[in-house]
Amino acid sequence: MATMETKAAGGIGDAVLRKEDRKFVTGEGRYVDDLRLPGMLHAVFVRSPFGHAKINGIDTSKAEALPGVHRVLTHATLPAETGVLSASNPPGSDVRQPEQPLLARDEVRYVGEPVAIVIADDRYIAKDGADLVLVDYDPLPVVCDAEAALADGAPLVHSEYPDNAAATISHETDGFAEAMQGAARTVELRVVNQRVTPMPMETRGCIGDWQQATGEVTLYTSTQVAHFVRTFVSIVCGTSEAKVRVVTPDVGGGFGAKLNTYREEFAVCSASRAVGVPIKWIEDRSENAVATIHGRDQVQYYTAGVDESGKVVALKFDAIQNNGAYHQLLTPSISHLTVFMVPGCYDIQNISIRMRQAFTNTTPTDAYRGAGRPEATHGIERLMDAIADDLGMDAAEVRRVNFIKPEQFPYSSSTGLVYDSGEYDATLDEALRLSDYAGFEARRAASEANGKYRGIGLSTYVEVCGLAPSAVTAAIGIGAPGWEHSTVRLHPTGKATVITGTSPHGQGHATSWSQIVQTELGIPFDDVEVIHGDTAFQPYGLGTYGSRSLAVGGVALYRSLGKVREKAREIAANLLECSVEDLEWTGTSWQVKGSPDRAKTIQELAGAAWAASSMPEGVEPVLEATTFHDPPNFTFPFGTHVCEVEIDPATGRIEIVNYTAVDDCGNVINPLIVDGQVHGGIIQGLGQALYEETVYGEDGQMLTPTLVEYLVPSAADVPEMTLARTTTPSPSNPMGVKGIGEAGTIAASSAIVNAAVDALSGLGVRHLEMPMQPARVWGAIQEAKA
Amino acid sequence: MIPSTLEYTKASSIDEAIAAVQAGARPLAGGQSLMPMMRLRLAAPGAVVDLGGIAELVGVCEDGDEIAVGAMTTHRAVAADPLIGEHCRVVAQAASGVGSLVIRGRGTIGGSLAHADPHGDLPAAILAVGGAVIARGPGGERRIEIGDLITSYLTTSLADDEIITQVRLPKGNGRSAYAKFHRRAIDWSIVGVGVAIGADGVRAAATGVADRPVRLAGFEAAINGGASAEEAARAAGEGIDPTADLDGSTEYKRHLAGVLAAQAHQAAQG
Ligand SMILES: Cc1cc2nc3c(=O)[nH]c(=O)nc-3n(C[C@H](O)[C@H](O)[C@H](O)COP(=O)(O)OP(=O)(O)OC[C@H]3O[C@@H](n4cnc5c(N)ncnc54)[C@H](O)[C@@H]3O)c2cc1C
Repeated sequence: MATMETKAAGGIGDAVLRKEDRKFVTGEGRYVDDLRLPGMLHAVFVRSPFGHAKINGIDTSKAEALPGVHRVLTHATLPAETGVLSASNPPGSDVRQPEQPLLARDEVRYVGEPVAIVIADDRYIAKDGADLVLVDYDPLPVVCDAEAALADGAPLVHSEYPDNAAATISHETDGFAEAMQGAARTVELRVVNQRVTPMPMETRGCIGDWQQATGEVTLYTSTQVAHFVRTFVSIVCGTSEAKVRVVTPDVGGGFGAKLNTYREEFAVCSASRAVGVPIKWIEDRSENAVATIHGRDQVQYYTAGVDESGKVVALKFDAIQNNGAYHQLLTPSISHLTVFMVPGCYDIQNISIRMRQAFTNTTPTDAYRGAGRPEATHGIERLMDAIADDLGMDAAEVRRVNFIKPEQFPYSSSTGLVYDSGEYDATLDEALRLSDYAGFEARRAASEANGKYRGIGLSTYVEVCGLAPSAVTAAIGIGAPGWEHSTVRLHPTGKATVITGTSPHGQGHATSWSQIVQTELGIPFDDVEVIHGDTAFQPYGLGTYGSRSLAVGGVALYRSLGKVREKAREIAANLLECSVEDLEWTGTSWQVKGSPDRAKTIQELAGAAWAASSMPEGVEPVLEATTFHDPPNFTFPFGTHVCEVEIDPATGRIEIVNYTAVDDCGNVINPLIVDGQVHGGIIQGLGQALYEETVYGEDGQMLTPTLVEYLVPSAADVPEMTLARTTTPSPSNPMGVKGIGEAGTIAASSAIVNAAVDALSGLGVRHLEMPMQPARVWGAIQEAKA
Repeated sequence: MIPSTLEYTKASSIDEAIAAVQAGARPLAGGQSLMPMMRLRLAAPGAVVDLGGIAELVGVCEDGDEIAVGAMTTHRAVAADPLIGEHCRVVAQAASGVGSLVIRGRGTIGGSLAHADPHGDLPAAILAVGGAVIARGPGGERRIEIGDLITSYLTTSLADDEIITQVRLPKGNGRSAYAKFHRRAIDWSIVGVGVAIGADGVRAAATGVADRPVRLAGFEAAINGGASAEEAARAAGEGIDPTADLDGSTEYKRHLAGVLAAQAHQAAQG
């Protein structure tokens, strides 16, 4: 663990404790489920028990007869204005967009699909009522595996799409075929990136409150994207966007699961409209396992053309993504993020990509921490090891041969991105040093003497984040732009309110944003309040996901602070009877150059701007500024993770004995928060590598619906980690920041798998799929020995 | 995860509890298995009777050649109990490895046996020492040997109106140990094996390899016949046919039974 001092200071770069944590650790956080509105009733959804079935009829009479049940709504009885959910279909794309009625109309296509909503005095009665709703189903054939879904003769998820194809992305650079043909050798690898579940500590939940007289609706919801949700509520529920307010109370984690617009959010609004009182729905844990999006589920086929030095001269990537039964907000776009990052941090200019996306009878997949990039990174990092293995090269060496070199930045990738900055050798060198890579063979020998297999694995990753330039989001079919909003408001007493369009749900923006204000405007950390997640207080905000908050929202804040500072300068010049050019900024005040006694602090200027009695000609009262910042480019954090494992051949258990991460996320606002993001990110990657998998049976039933089957690592299951950083500022924004929310997850899984494969390489094991549970590892050992 | 409507009462005596059970209530001990089942609606009793207020169901004492453990004694208390540690270490070890601290603080030895989970640790450990339970119903008390108590998945030979009041552990099993294999720290055993070296030889019992805890006859025969632990481990899979699932294949679980039996046997000697 990186050691650092906790200082009382509070500016950029200081390791201050998070100001929001006091309320969370003392139980004063306020989540959706803590809110109680007058007259509120409670909803429980009736959900499909089948992976695929036709609905012949729904009998709600028994449920409605249960004392305490107020109403049972089905597709047929929702208010007439209610529409269906369908993400926008980007022009010119082949993305299919099946309609999602809020409650199933005549067919259900995955276990957990909502069919009816029972509204009752409390959750308990509503649940009892839900058990009494009789749905007459005719089960239909099911397909859950994406490769099987694309095969001839597969059962159809949507009868109107006769091939289960959801979308395809194809891309090939000129000269690819010749380059592949000319390669000295080829290395092939199939990699499965299994389905996983985001599993935030707080499940989803919402309260819809429809005012009958005015048609105004307030939706309290646990989301990462309040404004998207508002736009969709107006469209789906059939009302004016100006009448919709979406409030995000404290949110207990999201990991992408709440970067979405869900049927339940609209259904509670429509139900509130129908019943005339506020309606609350809180998702339970097993419901979360089937009703909230899943992540990953991609099968990749790599063919690398390699020269004798280990350099990849051509790369073919043919993959299949399981999109699930419908498209959620970003489902088809996640594949684009994978496609972008197929070459990773390597200079691979000849590339051929085909990414087929399939409909299956499973919960839709969408953004899960890393969203598309972990898939790409895991694959290319496994491939690098396979190439090293094929050529008998060292894993670090093959990476160096292929790295994009510092002088190549800004670097135009073969997938259409322009990488901003990077020095990949630097993080690799530091990580090898910290992990004592050179001394590994001695440690391997010691383990072997002890009857254990030991291995070391690298992941040299680069990721694309800071989502996103709006022109790019449009191009990859995300029906929303990528800019961000900020407002800085100085009060007469010199305190500051920041209104941000980002939507923190654990990331600590109240702290980081306050640090930025302190450094840029001289208002102390403790005098800053940060407001987020309420559409009534903010202009449009795009929310928090894709490691974008600092690189886009933080930069929007930085620019607003600059505007306030400049306005304050004009007011100061007027008060100090000099010209603006005569003033210099001290960090907390404007002073006449060289005359510290002739100065006005920012607080004095805030008061003067409010009093407005001696304003310069043409300057409006009050120190307040707003910025809508559209980033010119993504940012590209990178780093090297090194994992060392020991494997017990008797049981197949993998133990992580060393983990080193050297990350480069550009300039750092708060090192504690960055470390926290890296720790959590690595643990989530470790979870995927060793423990987690969402499994469907042949019949479409989910086999992992509780935390007894779906294994999320706990504190007792994670190793010590050694963290370090290098700093390569991003040239794409004035703060030089990148993003660190997803990097750990993106890097970790391949480092761990590479280490395990390395440990067993002496036996002839060449690859392991995730999760590497003991039984699978033991099986691989037996197979290799046989 | 919301249980269906039910009535809750708390009994203050065994008789009161039996009366409630006779009237159809389900006994509630630590709730660490019953509550999850109710929340998943795999169990939907119309009424439960809480045994948590019956003082005589809690505690450990010597009773001749046996140790008597009250059914409501928690895993935590069993794990820390000096009598059990001295005479039946395997049981204390099994209890100390159950779930997490919070679960051990609530879950009970009687509940574990009555619940009869095919992956439960306590049933295997108690089978290894040859323990028994005392069951009481409206007609009085009877003793059920542990091998006769658990008959299948989540099924026991208790009558509907009987409750377990005591668990009986034979002394003389100080040289014993429990070995458990699981994935995360908090998880149930994939396979767990208890081994006791008693006057009449080595007994080994496993959880996770059948629909109930079973003796590892192959291992016992080999080791009692003078085989090395490694040889005996290879024989541990004889006669068991564990079900393949997400945790592993039949073959893997057979293999684990041997590995754990050898481990526990080794530890039992210390
Ligand atoms: C996360 C988690 C992890 C766990 N891990 C493990 C593990 O690793 N190993 C392990 O062995 N167990 C594990 N358990 C289960 C734990 O041991 C439970 O405590 C035990 O299975 C049941 O005991 P209880 O006292 O909680 O019984 P309850 O849940 O209250 O009852 C269980 C059943 O037994 C019946 N019952 C209870 N007491 C009596 C009685 N005196 N007479 C008749 N019937 C009775 C109840 O009616 C019910 O049917 C775990 C549980 C959880 C939640």
